[in-house]
Amino acid sequence: MRNTLIIFFLLAFQVQLRAQETGDILLKNATVITVTNGTLENSDVLIRNGKISQIGEDIKVPNGVKEYDATGKYVMPGIIDAHSHIALDAINEATSPVTAEVAVGDALDPLDIAIYRALAGGVTISHAMHGSANAIGGQCETIKHRYGTTNPEVLKMEGAPRTIKFALGENPTRVHGSGSNIVPRTRMGVEFVLRQAFSEAQEYMASWDEFNANKDKKGFIGITPEYNLRLETLADILRGEIIIHCHSYRADEIYMLMQVCEDFGIDKLVFQHVNEGFKVAPELAKAGAMASVFSDWWAYKFEVYYSTAYNAAILTRNGVVTSINSDSGELIRHLYHEAAKSQKYGDLNDDEALALVTINPAKQLGIDDRVGSIEEGKEGDVVVFNKHPLSIYAVPELTVVDGIVRFDRANDPDDMRIYPDPSQEIEVTLSDHHHSDRCMQDTEFLFKQ
Amino acid sequence: MKNAKIVNVILVVLLGISQIVVGQNAKAVYGTYALTNADIVTVTNGTIEDGTLIIKDGIIADLGKDISVPSDATVIDCTGMQVYPGMIEGGSNIGLSEVGSDQRTRDYNEIGDVIPQMKALTAVNPNSALIPVNRISGVTTALVLPTGGVYSGTAALINLHGYTPDQMYAGFEAVVINFPVTGRRGWWDSRSDEEIKKAAEKSITEMKDVWTKALDYARIDSALKANGGSESPDYYPEMEALLPYVRGEKPVLVDVNTAKDIKEAIKWVEENNIKAIFTGVSEGWRVAEELAAAGIPVITGPVLNTPTRTSDRYDRPYANPGIMQKAGVKVALSASGAENIRNLPYNAGFAAAYGMGREEALRAVTIVPAEIFGVDDKLGSLEKGKSATLFIADGDPFETSTDIIHVFIEGWNIPMESRQTKFYEEFLERQPGVEK
Repeated sequence: MRNTLIIFFLLAFQVQLRAQETGDILLKNATVITVTNGTLENSDVLIRNGKISQIGEDIKVPNGVKEYDATGKYVMPGIIDAHSHIALDAINEATSPVTAEVAVGDALDPLDIAIYRALAGGVTISHAMHGSANAIGGQCETIKHRYGTTNPEVLKMEGAPRTIKFALGENPTRVHGSGSNIVPRTRMGVEFVLRQAFSEAQEYMASWDEFNANKDKKGFIGITPEYNLRLETLADILRGEIIIHCHSYRADEIYMLMQVCEDFGIDKLVFQHVNEGFKVAPELAKAGAMASVFSDWWAYKFEVYYSTAYNAAILTRNGVVTSINSDSGELIRHLYHEAAKSQKYGDLNDDEALALVTINPAKQLGIDDRVGSIEEGKEGDVVVFNKHPLSIYAVPELTVVDGIVRFDRANDPDDMRIYPDPSQEIEVTLSDHHHSDRCMQDTEFLFKQ
Repeated sequence: MKNAKIVNVILVVLLGISQIVVGQNAKAVYGTYALTNADIVTVTNGTIEDGTLIIKDGIIADLGKDISVPSDATVIDCTGMQVYPGMIEGGSNIGLSEVGSDQRTRDYNEIGDVIPQMKALTAVNPNSALIPVNRISGVTTALVLPTGGVYSGTAALINLHGYTPDQMYAGFEAVVINFPVTGRRGWWDSRSDEEIKKAAEKSITEMKDVWTKALDYARIDSALKANGGSESPDYYPEMEALLPYVRGEKPVLVDVNTAKDIKEAIKWVEENNIKAIFTGVSEGWRVAEELAAAGIPVITGPVLNTPTRTSDRYDRPYANPGIMQKAGVKVALSASGAENIRNLPYNAGFAAAYGMGREEALRAVTIVPAEIFGVDDKLGSLEKGKSATLFIADGDPFETSTDIIHVFIEGWNIPMESRQTKFYEEFLERQPGVEK
């Protein structure tokens, strides 16, 4: 009876979680950039119950559905950022080179104003990532920008595949080798840490397999293996249940991880930043690994000194699924412009450029069957621009998530904080681009003079 | 993008040739050039359609509709293209910083709070890999700033071509005053409120005291030199460096950002009759009227920035330049940083889209900074006799779809290549591929 009750409550809770608030809206008479199926002139997009239900000309407005006149405007899919640290209370669990057991999903901050600012730049989904302090960092969370909610659970994109942060190069070697005097201090050490972790996970899986196979046999005298969340998580990676998103820069370390993954039978692999990805583009393409890059950031540390803004174009032309990410609460506000810059450096066409911030990051997060393009049946995440989104003069005017208007430039109150505290001291944050990379937040204590 | 393709084809062909001829970096070429059939966007005197511009001896020898082409001129047919004055970045550290995180390659932050005598120009690395990457975007000129302390050092305006700092120097230097920040600097600032307050008070006192002292020093210096005397005060490099500024001969650059600090800075500058240019000015929109009334010119940026307060409207940084400019402030723009001042036109584009308008945004990266730096006799517009520091574009330079076809700096035809373009050529179709 007690068990039944618990199950009942669990189910009720789950149902509540899944019943996401959705909306209806009809966008009339726009230039609709579907990204996957060309661009439609003078078209309407109807979103019902949070899903794109119809795309075409002269769609009649159904009863009770809000109509938005998009004449002369451009509608594109909600922008997706495959690498961000917004909406997070904590970023780095920098206490061990391997921390697969932690998850940023436990530290979501739905009040972060950066979510609204991202919406104002047309971004409807972001990949809230653990930082890059550890070779194997924590698990990440794909969030929908349902700004306005105070419930962290509501931000989570229900059903999105699990992802985990890995990191190669200077950050893990600096934090652990230089900071704590433990392996890894070099790129040799990073490879070893990865191979050791996966090997231990294999042993862990084998001991459980053996136990499960024999525990019901007569005369079994073995004991239950010890449960270990870190190894469970690593085992899930080996089972193909978690997508690796790996912070990386140099061609050699990118190549190293591809080999490690091949040896352990892992095929869900996305490289993040991957500034020198262009140097091993044919290898990336062959391995089916994907790449999420900056449009033009470079020279902020030595391992990005030999970069090129043509990275996205070279990767795309070599057949690598490539996205442009922000890794920044500033950059996330204009990813459409970052895509435009990637078009400048190379010769990507408009759809290829916009795919860098829509369908391609969706593929990298394993959610491309649900979002990333304007197609009937997909989720109602769209942005309206006053001009073509690849123009420098384009201004996002309306951002819709699950059919709900979450940003409307015409009705934007200046102060969009959810909990304005009248007694709070006004705090001014000055920008300093040398500090804007939050990938290493929560590790400062290691480098204090 | 069509143009980009054609350009790429041309590039590939040209590179093929140059690789046969030489295996080294291309050099800039000095000579006489005629840019014909061009739309010449002078900035100060409208646009000359289908005109000709002659580059000779490093200057714009002539420009207009019916200009005869000198017999020795290399003709560049600019049909369908536009000529613009080189863009001027108002606040970077290009040349002073090679790898951001590496202290050994950062030369913009010397030890000491009062070091106006430290000169940025001496530390500019003419061979920085960052320079070609950025100049081929049409950003030809940049103010390079020392930072930190209170009197941070002396900034310099440089052209992004030359093999010594002197060859790069573009005619303007000014002491930088880092106006003490009275608040927290950002999320990484882990000091307590008390520490912040104390540090700010100490810095403000120091800033004011040093200025007063420099005024005294100037009086002593003047007294010693009066009646034909040639004696100087004892060696005191900080004071010596401040002389032209306390005498009002040159403007100082005051880096100041928050509304409260801007007001304080205006007050201090007015009380002491200091000629000043404000830089940063991220909350300028809050005090635009005061800035305009004070007649202080402003270099603001980056435009692509987050609001300074969580309570602020999301697009304030985009709108900031336009709000100040419309209030009557003389506004120049900056992309800031070292590695990506090539994004100056896009910072200008955002400012344009969010209220400044395209024409004013163009002025804010050309003639306005030239005027602020007092180099408008040479830079900032296309006029006869001015420096041939300009670029040719196949469209609006603020649009990313536009390609910059040629860049000239002081009459030198700049090779349109950098390490980044070379990587593109080498790796687009890498040989060998997967199989060797």
